[in-house]
Amino acid sequence: MRIRKDHTRSLIVSLAGVCLLGLIIFLADTLGLMDSYIRGIFIQCCFAVIMAASLNLVMGYLGQIALGHAGFMAVGAYTSALVTKAIGLAIKAGSMPALSNVAQFFIGLLCGAIAAALFGLLVGIPALRLRGDYLAIITLGFGEIIRVVIQNLPFAGGKGLANGQAGQALIGIMRMNDLYIIFAVTVVCVAIMIAFVRSKFGRAIIAIREDDIASSAAGLNTTHYKVLTFVFSAFFAGVAGAIYAHRGLGTLQYSDFTFLKSTDFVIMVVLGGMGSMTGSVVTAVLLSVLPEVLRAFADYRMLLYSIILVLMMIFRPTGLFGTYEFSLYRLLSRLFRKKPETLSSAAKGDV
Amino acid sequence: MAESVLKATNLGISFGGLRAVHDFEIDLKEGELVGLIGPNGAGKTTVFNLFTGVYKPTEGAFYLDGKLMNGKKTHEIVAAGIARTFQNIRLFKKMTVMENVLIAFTKDIQYGLPGAVFRSGGFWREEAEIREKAMELLTVFNLQDKADWNAGNLPYGQQRKLEIARALATKARMLLLDEPAAGMNPTETAELLACINTIRRKFAITILLIEHDMSLVMNICERIVVIDYGEIIAQGLPEEISHDPKVIAAYLGE
Amino acid sequence: MDGLTLFIQQIINGLRVGSVYALIALGYTMVYGIIRLINFAHGDFIMVGAYALFFTVPLMIAAGMPAWMSIVFAVFVCALTGILVEKLAYSPVRARGNNMSALITAIAMSLFLENFAQTLFGANPKQVGTLFNLPTILGISGNTFLTILIGVVVMVSLSLFVKYTKNGQAMLAVSEDKEASLLMGVNVNHTITLTFAIGSGLAAVASLMYIAQYNQVTNMMGSMLGLKAFVAAVLGGIGIIPGAMLGGLVIGIVESLSKAYISTITGGVITSAFSDAIVFSILIIVLLVKPTGILGKNTGEKV
Repeated sequence: MRIRKDHTRSLIVSLAGVCLLGLIIFLADTLGLMDSYIRGIFIQCCFAVIMAASLNLVMGYLGQIALGHAGFMAVGAYTSALVTKAIGLAIKAGSMPALSNVAQFFIGLLCGAIAAALFGLLVGIPALRLRGDYLAIITLGFGEIIRVVIQNLPFAGGKGLANGQAGQALIGIMRMNDLYIIFAVTVVCVAIMIAFVRSKFGRAIIAIREDDIASSAAGLNTTHYKVLTFVFSAFFAGVAGAIYAHRGLGTLQYSDFTFLKSTDFVIMVVLGGMGSMTGSVVTAVLLSVLPEVLRAFADYRMLLYSIILVLMMIFRPTGLFGTYEFSLYRLLSRLFRKKPETLSSAAKGDV
Repeated sequence: MAESVLKATNLGISFGGLRAVHDFEIDLKEGELVGLIGPNGAGKTTVFNLFTGVYKPTEGAFYLDGKLMNGKKTHEIVAAGIARTFQNIRLFKKMTVMENVLIAFTKDIQYGLPGAVFRSGGFWREEAEIREKAMELLTVFNLQDKADWNAGNLPYGQQRKLEIARALATKARMLLLDEPAAGMNPTETAELLACINTIRRKFAITILLIEHDMSLVMNICERIVVIDYGEIIAQGLPEEISHDPKVIAAYLGE
Repeated sequence: MDGLTLFIQQIINGLRVGSVYALIALGYTMVYGIIRLINFAHGDFIMVGAYALFFTVPLMIAAGMPAWMSIVFAVFVCALTGILVEKLAYSPVRARGNNMSALITAIAMSLFLENFAQTLFGANPKQVGTLFNLPTILGISGNTFLTILIGVVVMVSLSLFVKYTKNGQAMLAVSEDKEASLLMGVNVNHTITLTFAIGSGLAAVASLMYIAQYNQVTNMMGSMLGLKAFVAAVLGGIGIIPGAMLGGLVIGIVESLSKAYISTITGGVITSAFSDAIVFSILIIVLLVKPTGILGKNTGEKV
């Protein structure tokens, strides 16, 4: 099986690349470079990567503008935070065996992601019936509604749960800022999304994006694939939300999840290239790090982004990376002058 | 007596006050190649749209292998066994030739989200299988060497063949070809003719063909149905139809 | 205050804000009707007009002229902004890109205007000062009456313009079928530019009436206003001029009522954001149940 052998080789190379990255992080850590500030930026990059990559599934591959992605992140963030709170309380009360922080975090993360996915279903089913412009506005509307509802939930503010108070920031959230765990979660998420794209699902949604009617004529249940992708994307927004909630500040503000936040990720996806996972990852990291590195620049951030966005739309609507996908395997093959066997691929240009 | 593959009784659709198609009847047996002709605006593509679930019939019914198909969605009808090509070729122009065919196999792929994401054994097996099958199909149409071309870069005649290949990849029993020879020069039309004959030989397929190119129609169709103003005005063997005064009047104008 | 009086008061409040929404929605619906683009930046044109007023009102007063005459300048500034945005951003993208790029460009322009204003003027709200001295009749402020009156005048003028002038009919043609209009010799680009000029000019008028009633200018004021006015336009029937008027008033009343009554139901929990949620819910319901809006024609789905 030709393609399997090639994909296996590619997988091994990618794994090696990831391990290398992990090693770099380990070195930075042991050398004491990872103070809380750098750590914070690193975690910010991680959840930005997950958010941008998951949004790209809907915007780039499926070809729909979704302006409410922060809403799903909010669902994931609050759900996971409340779950870890509840677990913490239950352990203290003795009704639950003591669990490590990591275990608590993962339970919270899973709950958050599933909750976000459910909301993805709720929003997706009505929204995906509509055309581009209207779909954008409806997702925006849903995003705002989610935020407003959270703002008014008594158990989602203040100390939360039974002691909660609506309209306040949620405080006292458990901290999970272990570099390796967050990194691992991010890598796994991106890997899963790439696997999704390079399968029948990726092919299907690209076809639907290109020509909805022809896709139906070729036997695709377009509604099924649209909703599935939307839910899948929301799931990962939930994961990102969980990471965000536990990043260490210990608080969650509902004002963190406005339309403006959704716009941040839309900008990342559009600039990076709709339909390029590589683009989303790179741009997410870039746009997370740049405002920190260039502090003065931070004030004019949005102004600059909006200008770049317009210029991009005029001169290079496909974004920085277009539909290009980076492949370590392909790069190494070229370096060592070994031609990879021709593969049929889900998106032209990726190996 | 052979079973009907596609059967329509009193089929019709009205848009508001306009009766676009009415009292349409047809009975296609396995392996037949029937032509559907008529002047522009007669309702031929509307009939196709009815048969493929794009429009929902407001009168009558149609059956595939005896099963009622009214009200089913397009992809359900494709799954049942009716596939079509379009008057203006609707290929996925930015995808490769191979990918265009692979899309049509999607509905039969068994692996689901977990299989895809965790790369199960079934995933690898099925992905390899559909590529093999796609190559076989492309070879029938002599497109195998262009498998990695972008579909939009193919010459027109080959684009049409690819569209037919994609339709066949859905494992259809009933093929609806909407003006396949449109925009083709005589060489391409002759190739198309040969192509259609080949697929009739190789696949157990029944074909309903809309066409304006009379040479193709007369040459290849076993039977012809003529419609005008949304209703059937004549049907029969090609020789009968070409001499039918009603048909001549419809084409030459009133 | 008994229930009925409270209710009527809220209706009046609703008219107050709804009349402004109606004016904004008129501009929105005009532009959408022509180029089928949700101009995300439309709300921000209001902000541009408001800042223009902020600077010219004191000048007018100093020159001894009535404050509201500064509307002339504001209209000019807004129209110019609209034309520039159209020519520099929307037009090139429309030529090269698809619907998705156009929408993203609109979002980008909105962000640009908001942040540019913040860079120029800072984020602190500014007051403009009294624009009109109108009597209050039946408890309804004179400003509200004026706003509604202006809305009606604009609505009627637009309808007459579209029906009886060559430019107006060109607009109608382009909104029905752009390609056909091109073939008929209509200067489509000119028509689109004119539409933007008028639409943005209307935004200036809307900002005048907004300032008259709310007297506060910030760089972000346009974003929520614009979104709610869009909901109003959709509710009334997108692309339909009287629909914008109707939708605006309805949304204003709904918002006002929900603000008043939800606080009593939920016991004083934050309400203003909740009324936003209700407005968005209306949008969602309209889009799913009758996308053509209240006054929209029920065009059956023809594939």
